Amino acid sequence: MKKCKATGLAVMAALAAAIGLILSGCAGSKDSGKSGAVKEPYRVGAVIDISGSSSSLGIPERNTLEMLRDKINAAGGINGHPLELTILDNKSDETEAVLAVKKLIDQQKVLAVIGCSSSGPSMAMIDTVQKEQVPMISLAAAGKIVEPARERKWVFKTAQSDAVTVSRLVSYLKEKGLMKVAFLYMNNAYGDGGKQAFLEAAAAAGLQVVDEEKFEATDKDMTPQLTRVKASGAQAAVIWAIPPSASIVTKNFRDLNLNIPLLHSHGVGNQNFIDLAQGAADGTILPIGKLTVADQIPDSDPQKKVLASYIDEYSKRYGSPPNSFGGYAWDAFYLLVDAIEKAGPDRAVIRDRLEKTRDFIGVSGVFNMSENDHNGLKEDSMVLVRIEGGRWKLLQ
Amino acid sequence: MNLSEQLLQLLIAGLTVGSIYALVALALVTTFNITGILNLAQGEFSALGALLASSLCTAGLPLAAAFAVSVLAAAVLAGLIERAAVHPARGASGLTLIIITLGLSISLRGLALLIWGTDPVVLPAFSKGGPLYLAGAAVSPQSLWIIGLLAVSVAGLHAFFELTYSGKAVRACVINRTAARLVGINPARMSLFAFLGSGALGAAAGIFIAPVTLATYDMGFMLGIKGFVAVIIGGMHSTGGAVLGGIILGVLEAYGAGLVSSGLKDALALLVLLAVLLVKPEGLIGTVSGRKV
Repeated sequence: MKKCKATGLAVMAALAAAIGLILSGCAGSKDSGKSGAVKEPYRVGAVIDISGSSSSLGIPERNTLEMLRDKINAAGGINGHPLELTILDNKSDETEAVLAVKKLIDQQKVLAVIGCSSSGPSMAMIDTVQKEQVPMISLAAAGKIVEPARERKWVFKTAQSDAVTVSRLVSYLKEKGLMKVAFLYMNNAYGDGGKQAFLEAAAAAGLQVVDEEKFEATDKDMTPQLTRVKASGAQAAVIWAIPPSASIVTKNFRDLNLNIPLLHSHGVGNQNFIDLAQGAADGTILPIGKLTVADQIPDSDPQKKVLASYIDEYSKRYGSPPNSFGGYAWDAFYLLVDAIEKAGPDRAVIRDRLEKTRDFIGVSGVFNMSENDHNGLKEDSMVLVRIEGGRWKLLQ
Repeated sequence: MNLSEQLLQLLIAGLTVGSIYALVALALVTTFNITGILNLAQGEFSALGALLASSLCTAGLPLAAAFAVSVLAAAVLAGLIERAAVHPARGASGLTLIIITLGLSISLRGLALLIWGTDPVVLPAFSKGGPLYLAGAAVSPQSLWIIGLLAVSVAGLHAFFELTYSGKAVRACVINRTAARLVGINPARMSLFAFLGSGALGAAAGIFIAPVTLATYDMGFMLGIKGFVAVIIGGMHSTGGAVLGGIILGVLEAYGAGLVSSGLKDALALLVLLAVLLVKPEGLIGTVSGRKV
């Protein structure tokens, strides 16, 4: 009994010493010799699709956020305040996303939220952040996440909206004289958003959509849908999906020997798509952020420097180059850091600063936000690429 | 592409997907008939087999060797699970056993998630070269492999049950466990064999379909569900019914998506399931259990 007590005391003493050490260590590193006392950390949350059907998007985003958090804290934080970033996994599920964002707001009292990776969960979180008045920066594509802007006061996003991507594709189709088009999309918020934007833009440009097909994110065989495309007499096919279903439909497309041009959305802008399609991706044309072809864009491009440093840092830490999705996270992170730096720990002021973002050179493009545009990217933020021999080739 | 070519193309797509469902259904029915357990973890053996084969292939093993090792590993795992989780609870009610397999399914999926992560992995197609053409419809060689595996499995199981002594012993267990024990058959051993066999069959199915569907840690869940629906359509007590149910389900999905609307794919299949349950609850090829004796 006596011995037990003695051990207990020793453990407590050791713990106290350890805590003391950690505290002094923190103070030393984070304060970088300014005023002495540790400043209150700034809390920021992220809800990312780390597992589940959108994990190919979420994992590079999480990696990027973790890398940037460490980088900024090593450099002394935001105005001397360490940045505390909590990243939660929404399992690619709408309900999980809402639970996660409520947890971040109620328990962590975060200043702002980054996320989600895909459109469905992002849409699901909007009600909560609007009600709680917390700025949110989504990394997903669907335009309706930030539109109409007056109903989305607190919501911003960094991925190019569907309208931007679509106009790139439609002008390409028109230029090549491919006026009869089949449109295939995955049955979720991303696919629906793409469909709406594409149908509008196509009608405006005089393109005729001869066939519309949808498939589930978990489907393993899209031959039936493609059979209809083949029968429809379309001159080109546009697919709005993300891997793995985007890869499977591309494989089916080649197997069916459909000899028409195949265009994808920016949702397939990662190496994963090419690997999973096992060679079928060759010849596919898609609009994409400049990151993927950073080595092929001219030096005069304003984004060139940002792109090069992001690629360099990410590859060093994770051993593989980043992709556009990680780029969306990079933009969201620095847009937010930028706003917090100027605004301080006040949600409303941070929101106002985000809306006033001008000429912010990011990975996905040059951001110019406004009251009516909470995305801030224009058509020039994207380039068209063709996949050749498993690599991205800039299309002139 | 005219209508008859379209119909043929859809039929081929349906047969491929249907064969996948049928393989899972076959394994489910075999286990159920021998042990009385509806093994909800059946799909997980397919996932584990496919993931393991993909890893071995990436590591440089030839496809055939990767296949053999993975099937063996899945069979051993299934056997171990039977001994560790099912055998000790053999006296429990059917519901308890089903819940045990549900727990196993979740654990196995978690294990796969830990080892392989969330990204899908690929497995090369078994034979090189593009699709073959049959009256204007494209048939990918892998589809033929899948349909072939189904045919071989059905033939193999049939031969085992009808022609071998052990097969007859198994059938005796199915008909009456107590009577089988009285004539010297050990039902506990039969249960182990059932799990070994269905583990191997599940893994083989998973590996055959992986070049088409890609392999993910959670692919087993959906496979299990579709296999289960196929079993319900076809009947719990017949291997023929399981195969028929799987193929009907696959073809219906293909025609539903290809002819009616891609949005109606799953709805159509479920409507057929409902109709079967209402009109012929014992399944299309079903006998009410216990009346055959």
